[in-house]
Amino acid sequence: MQLRVDKLGVIIAALAAYGAFLAPFATFRANRIVAGEARSISEALPPVWAAIILLFVIAAAIVAVLKTPSSLRLAIAFSTLAALALGIGAAAGHLTPPENSYARVSPASGFWVLLFALGLLAADALTRLRPSPLVRVLFLCGVLGFIAAVLMSGTWDGLSLLKEYAGRADTFWAEAGKHVMLALGSLAAATIIGIPVGVLCHRVTRLRDGLLGVLNAIQTIPSIALFGILIAPLGWIAIHVPGAAAIGIRGIGAAPAFVALFLYSLLPVVANTVVGLAGVPREANDAARGIGMTDFQRLAGIEFPLAFPVILTGIRIVLVQNIGLATIAALIGGGGFGVFVFQGVGQTAMDLVLLGAVPTVVLAFTAAIVLDALIEMATPNRNQVQSA
Amino acid sequence: MIEIEGITKRYGETTVVRDVSLTIAPRTVTVIVGTSGSGKTTLLRMINRLVEPTSGKIRLDGEDNRSLPGYELRRRIGYAIQGHGLFPHRTVAQNIATVPTLLGWDRARIDAKVAELLTLFQLDPAAFGPRYPHELSGGQQQRVGVARALAAEPKVLLMDEPFGALDPIIRAKAQDDLLAIQKHFETTIVLVTHDMEEAFHLADRIAVMDKGEVVQYATPAEMLVKPATGFVESLIGAGERPFRLLAIEAVASAVEPGTAEGEAISSAASQREALSTLLWSGRKALPVVGPDGVLLGKVSLDGLAQRAAGRS
Repeated sequence: MQLRVDKLGVIIAALAAYGAFLAPFATFRANRIVAGEARSISEALPPVWAAIILLFVIAAAIVAVLKTPSSLRLAIAFSTLAALALGIGAAAGHLTPPENSYARVSPASGFWVLLFALGLLAADALTRLRPSPLVRVLFLCGVLGFIAAVLMSGTWDGLSLLKEYAGRADTFWAEAGKHVMLALGSLAAATIIGIPVGVLCHRVTRLRDGLLGVLNAIQTIPSIALFGILIAPLGWIAIHVPGAAAIGIRGIGAAPAFVALFLYSLLPVVANTVVGLAGVPREANDAARGIGMTDFQRLAGIEFPLAFPVILTGIRIVLVQNIGLATIAALIGGGGFGVFVFQGVGQTAMDLVLLGAVPTVVLAFTAAIVLDALIEMATPNRNQVQSA
Repeated sequence: MIEIEGITKRYGETTVVRDVSLTIAPRTVTVIVGTSGSGKTTLLRMINRLVEPTSGKIRLDGEDNRSLPGYELRRRIGYAIQGHGLFPHRTVAQNIATVPTLLGWDRARIDAKVAELLTLFQLDPAAFGPRYPHELSGGQQQRVGVARALAAEPKVLLMDEPFGALDPIIRAKAQDDLLAIQKHFETTIVLVTHDMEEAFHLADRIAVMDKGEVVQYATPAEMLVKPATGFVESLIGAGERPFRLLAIEAVASAVEPGTAEGEAISSAASQREALSTLLWSGRKALPVVGPDGVLLGKVSLDGLAQRAAGRS
């Protein structure tokens, strides 16, 4: 067999070598706030563990550099990632002195670089394998299941991130619920309002430019400014509209956050609905009218199904955007994962920042993969317009 | 019977169709020809009220076409367009079943109709029914488009340049198929085209439109012999005239008494084919046989030359 070199693989191997041998694997701190001390793989782990991890990393680097089958690349990437995940847990146990509840162990730059390099290898292999949407979602479930199992097993309990979690388990899930509610609720509202508005814009040309212009303008307002702008009107509503305060409408808190996210969501939904409807073949529309469909039958039976994948793309943009943006809601008391981020920033406790940031990233990533799969399933090649 | 009475369509200041009156006999093929912008498509679309006329009246079998809501009227009239207009997200069978479904036919009747039409258009129902339009060739898509237009057994079929996107060989076949289907269902067809060849091939009567007006409404033969205006004459093409005239008449009407040497020609063939055979074989006359093989007489070069000059 002729050995050939994979270009991306060389970069991955270089990153992995840096992460494994030059950068520190874990950081040890005597308590939560003091500066940390770096520990390499051999210092951070018992000798057997260190050997296992290095072997996996070296094997992965070799597989990455050479032109190898995508399935092999995927397998070695995932198994090395699993070894790293378990290894960082072992490092926490190894580094923390017995009976010491102040000491903190957290992953250091070498761990993150390795994670990035192997993630790149896995993503590249997955892309080359071109799995069907369903397989991609199954892969996602597998990875999430593995992370959940490791969390449940207590392997990571010694890590400082999990120690931060342990102290805030109740609020963590409450804020997670608020975060998801904010992101999904505003998306649902934007979808319910945005699609009919998009249909209207498609039918009434004069409305389209004006409305899309306004939504575009809203999109350019920075989120913090928008929260500020909303304080006055929502505060006024809370005082003057009976019952508004009772259902939680106030100048600050979840209401303005929800309204802001809703407003940001409208443009992608409305614009994609308009673009999707405009992309329906003219002949199909003409034929639908010519053979006696009513306007509603044509909308529901022809235009909407044909525009659906494009509309779904808009919803995907909104969902991923909202999951990230909802973090800012904590600034005005709206709750969500942002609470931990801003607390962490205030206390210069990076682990607390991560407690807010990591779940947000996982959530956005999951949403993107699931919706991409949905879009692909809704867009079979039958949407191709074929000329005779 | 379609009676068009004084139909006018104006968009703002522009008059697209000006005071057109036509009577279209049932079970015939009427072709509306004209250059682009002549108003022919607008006239067609006013019959099923895709376009509402500014003034004038259209009656279908004596009934004003405004006595029903537009969509109900259109369910009773077949409609086929260039580029077939099939719904890309529905299968061939679902496409054909569209109007029967709108009309609330029961499942069994719809399935039977779909199978009947696909068979009639030489498409195997089991193989083609479940396919999507993009999996078909251009000619097959066009046939499905016409099948869909005929699904609810309309008495009238409107066609807007239905063969415009087909290559010449498939187009000729599609035209012959259409004539066979028209005989089969006894449908009244109104077809719009800019292709004179197609008009002469298909039409019982041709309406020539120019700048929103019908300048001549006549049988193909009349139109060839007595073009009403210079525009009609140029549309026919002066050089093509004798050949078109021969092409629309069967040999049967040019039979002379007597016999001739050589291979016989069928009386059902066009006179143009007879002329072509005469010229190619270098003979002066051909024997003519009827459909049953009986010798009817001869067709001569001189006789055809007379007819081609419009002096039959």
